[in-house]
Amino acid sequence: MKSLLDQEFTDGNIVIAKTEDLLNWARLSSLWQLGFGLACCAIEMMATSASHYDFDRFGVIPRPSPRQADIIIISGTVTLKMATRIKRLFEQMPEPKYIISMGSCSNCGGPYWQHGYHVLKGIDRVIPVDVYVPGCPPRPEALLEGLLKLQEKVRNESLVKKTL
Amino acid sequence: MALKTEEMVLNMGPQHPSTHGVLRLEVELDGELIINVKPHIGYLHRCFEKHCEAMTYPQVIPYTDRLDYLSSMYNNFGYVVTMERFLGIQVPERVEYIRVIMGELQRIASHLIALGTYGLDIGAYTPFLYCFRDRETILSLFEMTCGARLLYNYMWVGGLSHDLHPDFVPKCREFLKVFKPNITELNNLLSYNKIFVERTANIGILPAETAINYGITGPMLRGSGVKWDLRKNDPYSIYDRFDFEIPVGTGAQGTLGDCWDRYFVRVREMEESVKIVEQALDQLPEGDINAAIPKRIKPPVGSIYGRVENPKGELGYFIMSDGSTNPFRVKLRGPSFVNMTVFGELCKGHLIADVIAILGSVDIVLGEVDR
Amino acid sequence: MKTREEIFNILKQEFPQDVLEFQNIPTEPIITVNPLAIHRVCLFLRETAGLEFDTLMCLSGVDDANGEKTNDPDGSVTIKGGTLSVYYHLHSMKLDHKVTLRVSTPREDPEAESVESIWKCADWHEREAYDMIGIIFLHHPDLRRILMPYDWDAGYPLRKDYKNPEFYQGMKVPY
Repeated sequence: MKSLLDQEFTDGNIVIAKTEDLLNWARLSSLWQLGFGLACCAIEMMATSASHYDFDRFGVIPRPSPRQADIIIISGTVTLKMATRIKRLFEQMPEPKYIISMGSCSNCGGPYWQHGYHVLKGIDRVIPVDVYVPGCPPRPEALLEGLLKLQEKVRNESLVKKTL
Repeated sequence: MALKTEEMVLNMGPQHPSTHGVLRLEVELDGELIINVKPHIGYLHRCFEKHCEAMTYPQVIPYTDRLDYLSSMYNNFGYVVTMERFLGIQVPERVEYIRVIMGELQRIASHLIALGTYGLDIGAYTPFLYCFRDRETILSLFEMTCGARLLYNYMWVGGLSHDLHPDFVPKCREFLKVFKPNITELNNLLSYNKIFVERTANIGILPAETAINYGITGPMLRGSGVKWDLRKNDPYSIYDRFDFEIPVGTGAQGTLGDCWDRYFVRVREMEESVKIVEQALDQLPEGDINAAIPKRIKPPVGSIYGRVENPKGELGYFIMSDGSTNPFRVKLRGPSFVNMTVFGELCKGHLIADVIAILGSVDIVLGEVDR
Repeated sequence: MKTREEIFNILKQEFPQDVLEFQNIPTEPIITVNPLAIHRVCLFLRETAGLEFDTLMCLSGVDDANGEKTNDPDGSVTIKGGTLSVYYHLHSMKLDHKVTLRVSTPREDPEAESVESIWKCADWHEREAYDMIGIIFLHHPDLRRILMPYDWDAGYPLRKDYKNPEFYQGMKVPY
């Protein structure tokens, strides 16, 4: 369903919107990302924010501090040694916060699921995930698609009641 | 009354925008001055060696991709060259040429990331975008050949997974033509930039003797003025057929073996790689892309140590066989792992901001440091 | 430039007690050395004119798995006895020759001398061999785990009879 914000008003100057829609629109258009890469997928994440794919046009700007970030992209294999640190980073981020799990490794352990004695088999064992992006590694287009899915989720959120 | 002072321990990473992944540095400081740096690694330890023991010999190749994910082609290259020496297989000429072309393109791509992110680390954003622009062209060449952008699984024991696409050769030539002036552009933009030179010259000086004792290889060793490149000094594949130079550091902007030298060796290596690819494209023969190899690869009982010149340095595979289809033990000697050992030594006596400049010039990839 | 056999002969003459045997395997000939003498042998290899091994290319710990194997009811294996080995690949940049050394230590008491003071790059390699295989390098300045977490107490993962723990800090380890 189209929100009021998407409707066109011919006499300009007037925008009618629900507060919720307006807030959600503002939030989804500036999802600042925690600048944080783990493994191979981080390179594709870098490629996504570089010249050809330009993550910035969706309002995704890498921030070095978790306290300024809205989303965290888990880009790569999460090891047991790293998992506790990721949990800490996630806890430091202010609400509302979102997580994109990028690549097979952070979804479920990827190629390391069977013999990886030091690999966490899926980041969702430690922190809750909003969007899973499959691939090893996912193409930049796939990550963009994942972000668009997340934006859709944010668009439908309510301030009053928690939607899932 | 004297002011009370004390040393401070600063923790950098594992989440830090300039540590190139998940590296933790424990920096002991006296004011801004570094007394000691202790790197803590292992945050990306993905159990490569355990996986090798559970896989058959060809199945190891996809895991080698994921070691140094910036130079996957070259990791494949190192593994298959070692395996072919172990098995005594001769591969067709065309395969050798294609491997060299892919390997050198990968070297350019890897150096582009190293240089681009180095600029980014110390405050220059534009070179990063320019480097990624050229890298994307290389990636599309790889994608055209084997269908993947980053992790290729392209070189197999005794051959390749796919032959070249008919458009590959013209597209590759076109890229080289466009890329050559771009190196000059990068030089004007970054290499001789006053701010960049101030940040990197005379910083993190690595004398040749120390480098050799620490087992440093690759652009880092050459940055210290040692003319050592396995492509010339211990030739594998068909590198002895090409005409290229080994660039070494000269101390042009400061002292021999400083960060700028290591940086500039990489820039000049890209020029040499362009030369190699051009020659290989000219000589590229027609033919088969797979040697006749047994269906089940079983090397003789024994061990072998094979090494190649990866974009980061000497990549060694120590493979032990007990005569079965799975390796008994594979040990990887990663260039980043060994190059990282000298890091604490390089940082001593510098300022805290120089840690990033030095780390960028070492050019590590954590996937290979931790395996 | 010297062949591996010539290097063995020089070593055998210098260290008749500690240089044990020469295995002429076609892919890679190996010289076996007493684990408690490896430091002396390596120092000799680096310092002697005509040998001058200035770099350590690679140092690998290996579980030989040649002890007595018993199958446990849960499908895993326990190994008793046998040896753990360390392989040293040395190279001389000046003279361009290579050599491979091996030391074998008993599995129950795996101790070898450290070569960290000869080649600095052995520092992390030895820490890794300790971390993965559990070989203790005597006189190493800082022998800690390197890749696994410091509080990992489930053993040495690259041993052939390694059993993964069910949980680590509340996180489930197996799939």
